[in-house]
Amino acid sequence: MAERSEEVKLLGMWASPFSRRVEIALTLKGVPYEFSEQDIANKSPLLLQSNPVHKMIPVLLHNGKPISESLVILEYIDDTWQNNPILPQDPYHRAMARFWARFVDEQIYVTAMKVVGKVGEERDVAVEATRDLLKLLEKELVGKNFLGGERLGFVDIVATLVAFWLMRTEEVVGVKVVPVEMFPEIHRWVENLLDVDVIKKCIPPEDEHLNYIKARMDSLKLKSVQ
Amino acid sequence: MTEEVILLDYWPSMFGVRTRIALEEKDIKFDYREQDLCNKSALLLEMNPVHKKIPVLIHNGKPVCESLIQVMYIDETWPGKNPLLPSDPYQRAQAKFWGYFIDKMVPGLAKLMWGAKFEEQEAGKEFIEMLKTVESELGDKTYFGGETCGYVDIALIGFYCWFDAFEKYGNFSIEAECPQIIAWAKRCVKRGSVAKSLPDSDKITKLVPEIKKKKGIE
Repeated sequence: MAERSEEVKLLGMWASPFSRRVEIALTLKGVPYEFSEQDIANKSPLLLQSNPVHKMIPVLLHNGKPISESLVILEYIDDTWQNNPILPQDPYHRAMARFWARFVDEQIYVTAMKVVGKVGEERDVAVEATRDLLKLLEKELVGKNFLGGERLGFVDIVATLVAFWLMRTEEVVGVKVVPVEMFPEIHRWVENLLDVDVIKKCIPPEDEHLNYIKARMDSLKLKSVQ
Repeated sequence: MTEEVILLDYWPSMFGVRTRIALEEKDIKFDYREQDLCNKSALLLEMNPVHKKIPVLIHNGKPVCESLIQVMYIDETWPGKNPLLPSDPYQRAQAKFWGYFIDKMVPGLAKLMWGAKFEEQEAGKEFIEMLKTVESELGDKTYFGGETCGYVDIALIGFYCWFDAFEKYGNFSIEAECPQIIAWAKRCVKRGSVAKSLPDSDKITKLVPEIKKKKGIE
């Protein structure tokens, strides 16, 4: 082996938005890394050892030292590799970025999961609730190319969850959760994202992804019927 | 430029305590404004339109919401005195991880305190399990931050003044289950910033039945 250089390994899952956002950050910074696909149904000793508290992906291993929680990992990557900054420099804008990132993960994601997981009236309620939350994101995008402003930033990377997971479930679920008439800014933003090489490179391939989402939904339905 | 720092808060809040301590640690003069959560002020609704919750930190007219985000903001804005987060990126990541973990205890605590009676036992067990995990992270350190009180200490200490209330409804003894946490808390409260910021535990325990009444719970 060559002399000790940066050893970066990501324990992740190809279809997970939380894992993919870490890949986006690493790729944006040009950090070479080894990706290790994890089987969540059959967790590896390395995963259990690296994230004993939550036993979840993604986990970033940097020179053997583990960092867990995708938002924490993103900030760690930004702190460690300073080129192409992800978070703004100014403390106030950093606070705003952190606020919106948590909003995406703790509000939008949690509510949007119910769109996939529920049926009938419960699903309708979830769709409405998700739309109410998305209206806030829509407002944030007015006059901006990205949530981060002129360039892709922390919140954009986190909100790829909306662009390439939530919006992809629409096809599978058969409900236009994010119709363009209601959310023209979000649609414009998704187009902007797709123009960024790093994003194109790092999001799951659409067909495979749609099949995966469909399979997951079918298995959830099966579970709820049993 | 004169710094104008306002904190919209509610005295028993475990979250508000975090921001108060952070400001005290940095010796920042601030205007504490008690909020009536049953009758939210126009200022609160304007400054936190998304969640309409306290605490809200208003610095020179600009609002920062969410307590842990406020603590980071305070540390980054006033970096000179008493750093709250470690300077090493890996240590900093660990601190942030534990901050998130501590926040994850909150929904269970809400169930314990304000949930249905049958949920109390399960919620109590869950809380103790999580607290034990936090306790093992403390190990034999003086503070989570090592020799100094830091982000993780600040994230957790606000829960301490609610411990009597948790014990009452959870029917457990935190001292028996997590003695190191109690020892740590007693060290923390000796710190000026914490002593100034932590509300009285007895007052909180007395407040609980009132809150339950307002929420329409037995």
